[in-house]
Amino acid sequence: MKAAGLIIVLLTGGLLLYATQDFPPWGAPDSPASTHVSPRYLQKATEETAVPNIVTAVLADYRGFDTMFETTVIFCAGIGCFVLLRIFRQKPEDRYYRHIATEITLHIKGGRLPNKSREFERIDTLWTPYDLVIKTVCRILAPFIQLFALYVIAHGHHSPGGGFQGGVILGASIILIAISHNMRTAIARISEKVDNLLMAVGVFIYAGIGAVCVMLGAAFLDYGNLSVILFADEIMARSHGILGVEIGVGITVMAVMISIYNNLASAGKQDEGL
Amino acid sequence: MNDHYPALLIISPLLFAFLVSGMAWIRKGLCYPLALVGSGLCTWFSVRLLADVLQKGVVQYRLGGWETPWGIGYHVDTLNGMVLAVVSVLAFINLVATRRSVSAEFPEKEGAFYTLYLLFIVGLVGMVVTGDLFNLYVLLEVASLTSYALIALGGPRAPLASLNYLFMGTIGGCFYLLGVGYLYIMTGSLNMADVASLLPGIYSSTAIWAAFTFCMVGIGIKMAFFPLHGWLPNAYTFAPSSVSSLMAPLMTKVMVYVMIRLMLSVFTIDFTFSVLSLGTAMVWLSILAIVTGALLALAQKNLKRMFCYIIVSEIGYMVGGAWLGNAAGMTGAILHILNDALMTICLFLTAANVHYRISGLELHQLRGLFHRMPLTMACFVAAGLSIIGVPPTCGFFSKWYLITGALQAGQYGFVAALLFSSLVNVILFFRVIEISYYGDMQHPHGHGSPAGPRTEAPATMLAPLLIVSAGLVIIGVYTGTIVTTVIDPIIPATLVR
Amino acid sequence: MSDLIPILVAKYNYWLYIVLMMIGLYAMIAKNNLVKKLVGMNIFQTSIILFYVSIGCKKGATIPIIQHGMAAGHHAIDPSHYVNPLPHVLMLTAIVVSVSTFGVALALAIKTYHQYKTLEEDEILARLRPR
Repeated sequence: MKAAGLIIVLLTGGLLLYATQDFPPWGAPDSPASTHVSPRYLQKATEETAVPNIVTAVLADYRGFDTMFETTVIFCAGIGCFVLLRIFRQKPEDRYYRHIATEITLHIKGGRLPNKSREFERIDTLWTPYDLVIKTVCRILAPFIQLFALYVIAHGHHSPGGGFQGGVILGASIILIAISHNMRTAIARISEKVDNLLMAVGVFIYAGIGAVCVMLGAAFLDYGNLSVILFADEIMARSHGILGVEIGVGITVMAVMISIYNNLASAGKQDEGL
Repeated sequence: MNDHYPALLIISPLLFAFLVSGMAWIRKGLCYPLALVGSGLCTWFSVRLLADVLQKGVVQYRLGGWETPWGIGYHVDTLNGMVLAVVSVLAFINLVATRRSVSAEFPEKEGAFYTLYLLFIVGLVGMVVTGDLFNLYVLLEVASLTSYALIALGGPRAPLASLNYLFMGTIGGCFYLLGVGYLYIMTGSLNMADVASLLPGIYSSTAIWAAFTFCMVGIGIKMAFFPLHGWLPNAYTFAPSSVSSLMAPLMTKVMVYVMIRLMLSVFTIDFTFSVLSLGTAMVWLSILAIVTGALLALAQKNLKRMFCYIIVSEIGYMVGGAWLGNAAGMTGAILHILNDALMTICLFLTAANVHYRISGLELHQLRGLFHRMPLTMACFVAAGLSIIGVPPTCGFFSKWYLITGALQAGQYGFVAALLFSSLVNVILFFRVIEISYYGDMQHPHGHGSPAGPRTEAPATMLAPLLIVSAGLVIIGVYTGTIVTTVIDPIIPATLVR
Repeated sequence: MSDLIPILVAKYNYWLYIVLMMIGLYAMIAKNNLVKKLVGMNIFQTSIILFYVSIGCKKGATIPIIQHGMAAGHHAIDPSHYVNPLPHVLMLTAIVVSVSTFGVALALAIKTYHQYKTLEEDEILARLRPR
């Protein structure tokens, strides 16, 4: 296998290296890639969409259809991890509960506490006593991380950022809580049902905005026609349409990140995580 | 609404996939009806689109309203239209046919299953309809990701088979992406028609050759062309029966379509056959694919695994036909996309029905199946005859075109391979038929009496199978019409007639 | 020798990506451990991202965010001042695809691990062989 692998790799690499001889020099401003399609984006995008960040304009408008499927890909990953790993029926197992005030630990064989109680917390096999500093810092930090994420989503028109980046940061704030406290704390904040619904809602917003454009008689994802319902001129309507899809992307990415983390870290049981 | 068919046929299953996924958490019972509506709408729109294309010629659609080299454009001619209709109709039939086995196999995850199912349809349909090289990559990944997840839902060995498929599939997808990157650096465009118009000036460039090679190798991995077929038998054998009967007919055929599309509309006939002189080499590779696939199929003891190697061999037919470099070969290859999709779904639906009743597909378990499931086995015989190439089933006609093309091109090896694989198919199918028809006669106890009660598959599983196998004959009878109205307009004039 | 250096300077970006790609591809084909294969897959995909980003580069150009607001004039925009935005857009998609593939692959690896209690491919194959 090793020798065969080496031969394949050398063949591939050799072919790719050989082909670079006809490439335009690196960074040449007169290469076909820089002169054929892209100048139009740079020159016209701001006029046509009122978005100064050209990457956002191309991403969400000129090639917005690609981006919709990009979001769909990440949605597929979320559903894929869920469908592969999630285990619904679990054997009743021994559980340990700790009384928070007195630190007495109860061992319940093959069952659980009769009713949920705030005075007890469940202890996992890998449980270690929490570090107060880490817990407190993470709890205080989380809202600021979320605020920054909202800024990144909303400011994608003017600076690097947008739905994907913002969504990942939002998801990270919840995952941070899951890591620093435990997974049950995070799931109590955003339950599995809500998370899975959000996953679908985000992409639905994206595709739905496109479908609304079709209903208004324009092409799919042609935000210009949204001006009728947004009370804005066509160019601003494009800008608002881009913001709308970015919000959808942000919701989906956040929910998928949380879902993938929960399923991977607990191997589908969604009770104890890392 | 008429102008929007190309977009609607994508977004209707897409929107319904999200609805199904949400509905799984609210009311589970609604998941299947919603999936049915989504897939049905997709079928309806694609059939209407095909009718439009046949009436008015090529349909263009601009997504987001941007003109094409800048935005993403759809370009639907009769080739797309036909493959679209085949994909969406067969996916819908399979959705109906496998309802029972899905609810038996994944009672808790039905919602997620149907979401992935619809997204897989979206991926395939999107790949077929698009006119943009990068959009094709994204949809290829949608289809691949959903297929990894769906395949891994099968038996205990499925996750590992799916993981191997994932590794191979990622290499394939990345090679395709590299090829597109090389095209982009040399032309600066991603639109298929635009790239095709820019290429003639730089045909001699090594970068274009590398781009072509990498696109073809990437697609070759995805379609399981012979030396790269390693992932397919395990993945499709261990997948749940409802999934393998969806993927086996559609995924590989769509990839063959992508190959033909790249050859015809991106690199153009001039480049593929005049500038590159790969024709003979590719035909010999496909001869190898046909022969090896047939021989490996002979060695299998599991029904589904045997079908998998038949697919490997059939892929050789289509690739070889497309590379013969004349109109008859190309016609045969395109016609065989349609026919092979029908034959394969027929075989795999039979396997699904048999599996549903006797839960096992080893050849020795099939004894007395003709008495237990006569209709299912009748469909199996129809599919077998079509794969062997007996008229009036459709398999005969595409083989006829392929052989004509091979004789015209002087590729006698290809003719010999086709005949050889037909002979092997005769052995394969008659062996199965013998076991399942006469199997219990030799049994000392079951002499003369049927081996157990008649347990035909339920009507919802049987009716789609009967429809598909009737389709085998109907398509065969109407082959002439299909070739003149659908395939002839897209064969470029520069190909040898 | 003297004509080699300009070629080297003009193309070394592309050569580096090819070297990275070869490392990743080799790991995917030849490594025995499934997680090492996954790491190889990630290197492979990242190298392609580097390749695309190198296509978009222009010497002396800045990020493609047009200056606006008070300071911006109404003069025409010169495309050579900004890098090519299209490869960046494409690579955002490719990054998302690679992340998603990685997630599903990890889920599959976990399932495989639960099944065979190992991630070494030869051990798994040894177990699959009929005894």
